[in-house]
Amino acid sequence: MIMLADKACTRVLYVDLSRKTYWVKERPDLFERYLGGTGVAVKLLREEMNLSADPLGPGNVVVFAVGAFTAAYPTASKTVAMFKSPLTGNLGESHAGGRSAVAMKMAGFGAIVIKGESDIPVYLSIHDGKVFFRDASALWGVRSTYTVGRVLRERESWPGLRAIMRIGRAGERLIKYAGVVTETYRHFGRLGLGAVWGSKKLKALVVGGRRAIPVADPRKYRKVYDKIYDKVVKSDSMKKYHDLGTPVNIIPLNKIGALPTRNLTSARFEGAENISGEAIAETMLARRVACSHCPVACIHIAAIREEYPHEKYFYTTKYVSYDYEPLYSLGTMLGISDKEGVLRLIEEVEVEGLDAMSTGVALAWATEAFQRGIITEKETIVKPSWGDWRTYIQMVKYIVEQPNEFYRKLGEGTEEAAKTYGGVEFAMTFGKNEMPGYHAGPATHLGYVIGARHSHLDNAGYSYDQKLIGKEYPPPEKVIDDLMKEEAWRQILSSLVVCFFARKVYTPELVAEGLEALGIKIDAEGLKKLGWEIYAEKYKLKLDMGFDLEKDLKLPRRIFETPSPHGKISEEFMQKALDHFRKRIKELTGK
Amino acid sequence: MITLSAQTVKAEVKPKRLVVVNPDLCVGCMSCMFACARRFPNGGLAKAAIHVRSVGGFERGFTVIVCRACPNPPCAKVCPTGALTPRKGGGVTLNPSKCIGCGMCREACPFGAIQWDTELNKPVICVHCGYCVNYCPHGVLTLEEVRW
Repeated sequence: MIMLADKACTRVLYVDLSRKTYWVKERPDLFERYLGGTGVAVKLLREEMNLSADPLGPGNVVVFAVGAFTAAYPTASKTVAMFKSPLTGNLGESHAGGRSAVAMKMAGFGAIVIKGESDIPVYLSIHDGKVFFRDASALWGVRSTYTVGRVLRERESWPGLRAIMRIGRAGERLIKYAGVVTETYRHFGRLGLGAVWGSKKLKALVVGGRRAIPVADPRKYRKVYDKIYDKVVKSDSMKKYHDLGTPVNIIPLNKIGALPTRNLTSARFEGAENISGEAIAETMLARRVACSHCPVACIHIAAIREEYPHEKYFYTTKYVSYDYEPLYSLGTMLGISDKEGVLRLIEEVEVEGLDAMSTGVALAWATEAFQRGIITEKETIVKPSWGDWRTYIQMVKYIVEQPNEFYRKLGEGTEEAAKTYGGVEFAMTFGKNEMPGYHAGPATHLGYVIGARHSHLDNAGYSYDQKLIGKEYPPPEKVIDDLMKEEAWRQILSSLVVCFFARKVYTPELVAEGLEALGIKIDAEGLKKLGWEIYAEKYKLKLDMGFDLEKDLKLPRRIFETPSPHGKISEEFMQKALDHFRKRIKELTGK
Repeated sequence: MITLSAQTVKAEVKPKRLVVVNPDLCVGCMSCMFACARRFPNGGLAKAAIHVRSVGGFERGFTVIVCRACPNPPCAKVCPTGALTPRKGGGVTLNPSKCIGCGMCREACPFGAIQWDTELNKPVICVHCGYCVNYCPHGVLTLEEVRW
């Protein structure tokens, strides 16, 4: 018996930017079956989008979805965005925290579907059950995403209970890895959602509100809540995020030789200690911030003291949020060992509204291509060299400003640029998406390439490899089976939607208990089965959008050259694994 | 004798009030708000009497807004129906059946500490129970004996 006590969370808001209109439908059919988040977004995208639509045309559709646990349990802090990616031409899925998830649910919506394209720049203000279309002409072209946030903060309602999502100049100019920034420091970063917004002339979306979430069994609800809360704040399962945050990974990954450095020409970085979580925390960590409903507060913000350019004894302070992935992509991958330098580069990427990971990997490819003479100053204008963060800041601006044909190509992604200029063998992309920050072994790279969104978080191959150090490596078929099992379960987490950082807290049994208090009866086994179902639906959508199991499961040459903690990766092993994956996914999807 | 000692014990149970010890320590997780709302007992935030918001963006930190238990509360003074009455130890208690939802109390509080239940169109009044204190992981909140 599945029946959510909270009816309002099944409401889907449809916004048509072309006609500047909106409507709301209750969809208990979707939310009671798929819980929310990824599960619901897959279905809504399939319903609403012509799968062959141009990702940067009016036919693309953006779905935001939250889930049954949003605003009900701690660490259920994420919103799932689903769309067609302009970077890969395939399924795009990106998750962000901040205030976004709770704000959407408190505004009375389980999902928001954005269609069409506006003729003029607009931003959407969504509250009190209504959508207000507001002129964003004056905000278009504003230099910094910070400024846009400040302006909307003053103008819009529901302070403290709202999310302010916006794009930067990168999104306006359709850079294919532009992201959407929310609450200044969190991002729907990956796969180019910012460019999709830019193509729709959607500058920002402010959503907020306040309401109750009725529960089916109040006594049980409070009991399960406390169980989860205690696990989150008292057990060791989230300590890593609680203390140094994700940058705690830098030193251990470097020690085992899994830290991609200088475009993965090495997996160890001599400057790792300088830009480690420890080093930044020691002298620059200035504030800790939390996503809504998450007592962990993993957002780490560093302060940079900056002297005025022309006046002595005048200072200002810049605040920059840092995490493992940007420190990898804009730090180790570019050979930067100056912590202030890497933070300033991160800030520039934030100001422009680009995806930190794709930008860093694109710059790393450009640097190697420059060193090899494939491209020259005629293309790059400046001279990129490892560690020179000032030049990289200039290059970030060029990616957005597009001064020549080279930067226009670089704005289309690393793979596109490499196809034009050469150097595909060291273009570090998987399914056209720039790689995450791990070179931990075979499962790591298999995870990237088979993952539905080519993220390390799809199936955690990077963690699988780290756990296997010093042990016998399993056969390729088993690696694939294990990664797929993990990816299937994670569909439940991203449908509820809970933060993956709390994955150890949310066991299938505890999820079942939590759902029961809200009115959904499903046991641990049923949840696992549902995970497989959502995974299958998502991959079917991916295949229907043109992902080719024969051609698109490509691995960049470089991963076979640089030794991993498991030694040099064997091509034969990887091919066997991919063949097994093809077979398994065909069985799973029936395609 | 027995009656007298019972009275003595009663007098020693002093009223308590919720205190924001140090808002600079707040990370903005909103756990206190959810805790307050859960007393009713729901998820969401409709009945949260405590409010957290940034002071001009995440980068500038947070402020925590809640009733400070004024000994002579202005919100009660302006209530036209007598729905709000001063509480022993400061602050007010709400009699919802008298409240017409005019919002005068909200205007009168200089801290903006009266939250609004948009579903019932009535104020949400902090009763200084301290339930939220249990859910603040960073020591921003405490429940202390009223000294005024």
